[in-house]
Amino acid sequence: MAAADVWKQYGLPRFRALPDERRWTIGTSAAVVLAILLFFIDHALGYAVLTITALWWIRHLPPLPWRLVAEVVLVAVFLVTGVSSLAIALAIAFAVFWVPQPYRTRVLPVVAVALAILYPMFQTKMFTVPVFGVWPDVATGVVMLVFIMMAVGLNIVVGYAGLLDLGYVAFYAMGAYTSAWFTSLQFSKRHFHFGAVGITPDLPGIHISVWILLALAGIITAVTGILIGLPTLRLRGDYLAIVTLGFGEILPQIARNGDNLFGTGFNLTNGPNGITPLDSPGFGNGISNLTGGFLPANYLQCCNAKVLGHQIVSTDVFYWTAIVLLLITVFCSLRLQYSRLGRAWIAIREDETAAAAMGVPLMRTKTWAYASGAFFGGVAGAYYASFRSATFPGDFFFNISVFILCMVILGGMGNVWGVIVGAGFLAYLDREGLANTGAWINSNVHVGSWHPNIDVPLYSSGIYGLIILVVMLFRPEGLIPSRRRAAELHEGVHDEYLYDVQHAGAEAT
Amino acid sequence: MAADASASTLPSRLPRLSIAGVIGSIVLLLAVLLLIKNFTVAPSRFVEVTLIGVTTGCVYALVALGYTLVYGILELINFAHGDVFMLGGMFTITYATHLFGLHEGQGAVTVPIIFATLLITMLTCGLLNASIEFIAYRPLRHAPRLAPLITAIGVSFILQNVALAWKGSNFITAPDVLPHSDLFNAWGINYGWSKFIVVGITIPVLLVLLWLVQRTRQGKAMRATAQDKDAAAIMGINVNRTISFTFLIAGGLAGAAGLCYALYVTTVRFDQGFQLGLIAFTAAVLGGIGNLPGAVLGAILIGLIQSWNEGLPWHMPGSDWTQSIVFSILILILVFRPEGLLGERTPEGG
Repeated sequence: MAAADVWKQYGLPRFRALPDERRWTIGTSAAVVLAILLFFIDHALGYAVLTITALWWIRHLPPLPWRLVAEVVLVAVFLVTGVSSLAIALAIAFAVFWVPQPYRTRVLPVVAVALAILYPMFQTKMFTVPVFGVWPDVATGVVMLVFIMMAVGLNIVVGYAGLLDLGYVAFYAMGAYTSAWFTSLQFSKRHFHFGAVGITPDLPGIHISVWILLALAGIITAVTGILIGLPTLRLRGDYLAIVTLGFGEILPQIARNGDNLFGTGFNLTNGPNGITPLDSPGFGNGISNLTGGFLPANYLQCCNAKVLGHQIVSTDVFYWTAIVLLLITVFCSLRLQYSRLGRAWIAIREDETAAAAMGVPLMRTKTWAYASGAFFGGVAGAYYASFRSATFPGDFFFNISVFILCMVILGGMGNVWGVIVGAGFLAYLDREGLANTGAWINSNVHVGSWHPNIDVPLYSSGIYGLIILVVMLFRPEGLIPSRRRAAELHEGVHDEYLYDVQHAGAEAT
Repeated sequence: MAADASASTLPSRLPRLSIAGVIGSIVLLLAVLLLIKNFTVAPSRFVEVTLIGVTTGCVYALVALGYTLVYGILELINFAHGDVFMLGGMFTITYATHLFGLHEGQGAVTVPIIFATLLITMLTCGLLNASIEFIAYRPLRHAPRLAPLITAIGVSFILQNVALAWKGSNFITAPDVLPHSDLFNAWGINYGWSKFIVVGITIPVLLVLLWLVQRTRQGKAMRATAQDKDAAAIMGINVNRTISFTFLIAGGLAGAAGLCYALYVTTVRFDQGFQLGLIAFTAAVLGGIGNLPGAVLGAILIGLIQSWNEGLPWHMPGSDWTQSIVFSILILILVFRPEGLLGERTPEGG
């Protein structure tokens, strides 16, 4: 029997079979012991574990009046001890969970979006999280949102349609380069302007408004997806994965070598130096004046406004735009999920042959999955390029494909909310979290006089690999699973192998 | 087998002309013409480059066989295999220098040291590969087929980082012990001992493998398990143990390849395994995945293509494009002839 099964077969069922009081006692005392141990390492960590234990207790108290009293007391304790931002966060969380269930699922996203929009205003005032350190700054927030968009796009391909795409970074690259070609000096022999802001009219090169370009990048990428998909989507499962991996390796190499394509001197991608700078996004003076300055004319020269005592800078505007783009992506993704097309994807994922027999057109359905996934990847890539004002071929390695795949798997394949949480968390880890955690480990963990000196961000890909492995072995449906997908992964889609029948019997008893 | 039997009863018919086939033939013809032109421009260079290609192809063959063995039995693309190969190179360097004190200019003692290192490296890599199967793939036997594939990628990344933590992010160098003198030098063609030794290590390993798979009891069990796991189990074969054994053999081959690579190229870095693994996988697909002689043929072909592309003087794309060429071949083969050069048509190809 494999090591992973031991806990599942013996440990977990025994713990679950215990009477409630015993589980309570074991769980609480374990948490308190853990908290006391952690106090020796870091005070904040100990407090965090105690808080979580308290929250767990509160959750299991009878609703009124005890739970309310306990919640008020907890918030008050945090207010008195001076962690006022944590107290406010807790108060909001409690308020949301007091909403009765059928409404709560609607209230939760609204509160989350509202908090996300207000985030730049209170980011500097947030409490420090134990181990992870300070909350991410707004620029990291933009990157997180872009990666969440890409993960939601990949979720359509991997989660809905069950096609493993190991070359998703190719779509991201397509989007980024489309953005770069049409908003920079790259094609300086041409001269074409349409709606671009912040440049003089006689600047050479192609300059198109970023908003048109986002749609254009999405469409071009979707067409690329269809072109890649048409010959390859006939293949099943792992062969398809390998083909996408091949494309994911070829396109970045073209980007790297594209400064002198086929020895003709034609400079398509400016090679390893990348294309930079790109035009700033913006709505132009006309629209800006029309909306009373609400939509900024030029993002990079933004803004003179103050909201809630917070001086708005251009990064904030990029952040809010990314939220709008993400909302559109999530809306499309949710609407697609239970549409006719979405149900066809699920049918194909569960059993291709049966789906074909029921009249689902395999090729067309799969190609649509590819095209829609590619569309969002392209838009995200284009927006990211425009945010950084640059595109480099070094950004499109295989690692990024696996990174985005890891987000989808961690969050829960097929569930948009899970993917959002997983992607946000991993993108945060990548940008700030690993560095912060590493610094914390190096300064707080020691055995006697031995202090570790680990460069944690260096091992990021190994950490993602470990996350993939652990999630696939112990919780293949991800953190926030989609119910249907979890059933497939647990019951399995294969018939039981005869040679393992003994093993299966052991599991049943 | 079944395909042959039905073929003999059916009337033979002319092969249909397909657009893909015609385009493929034209591309192939152009490639051959390009090679002939190169041969006439610099014949001695051409032969030299070809010999280098065979040497590289031998290393690829050892890795490709591991992919093919595992795919044949589990239908799993073991992404971690390339990284086991890379670790094989690192084990070689560690064992040879730290355990046996190998260094340059030791004379005849070098030969037994290399053989001892080869054996230990093969054993280490074999055990590593078998334990990977035990930890990461076995619990997922009943899961959808993509689940173990995803885990394989995770394991590959973990192995890379293990090597990174162990040896750091720089190239680590092996002692340059293979003789640099020429085995053969005439008509302007140089063929060095080092290249010959790589071929000389590879061929016996391949022969032993073929003997193992086709002549021994364990090999018969492997072939039976690859064909039908349930039927094999009914016949009294311990399927799980056979799968473990296959991973052990595949890992051993990767270890041998790692040794050849480390001694021939003399530098290894933590991220080299994955790329080379993908190239070797392409070779396995080119030859027909699951087919042992096919993997060797495909590997030699890929080795030749790579070294022709990088070494020939007349209008070749050059080393910047090697990856693109190899992966284009992979995609074209998978799309137009998924059964490969020597393989049989499977339902996977559609």
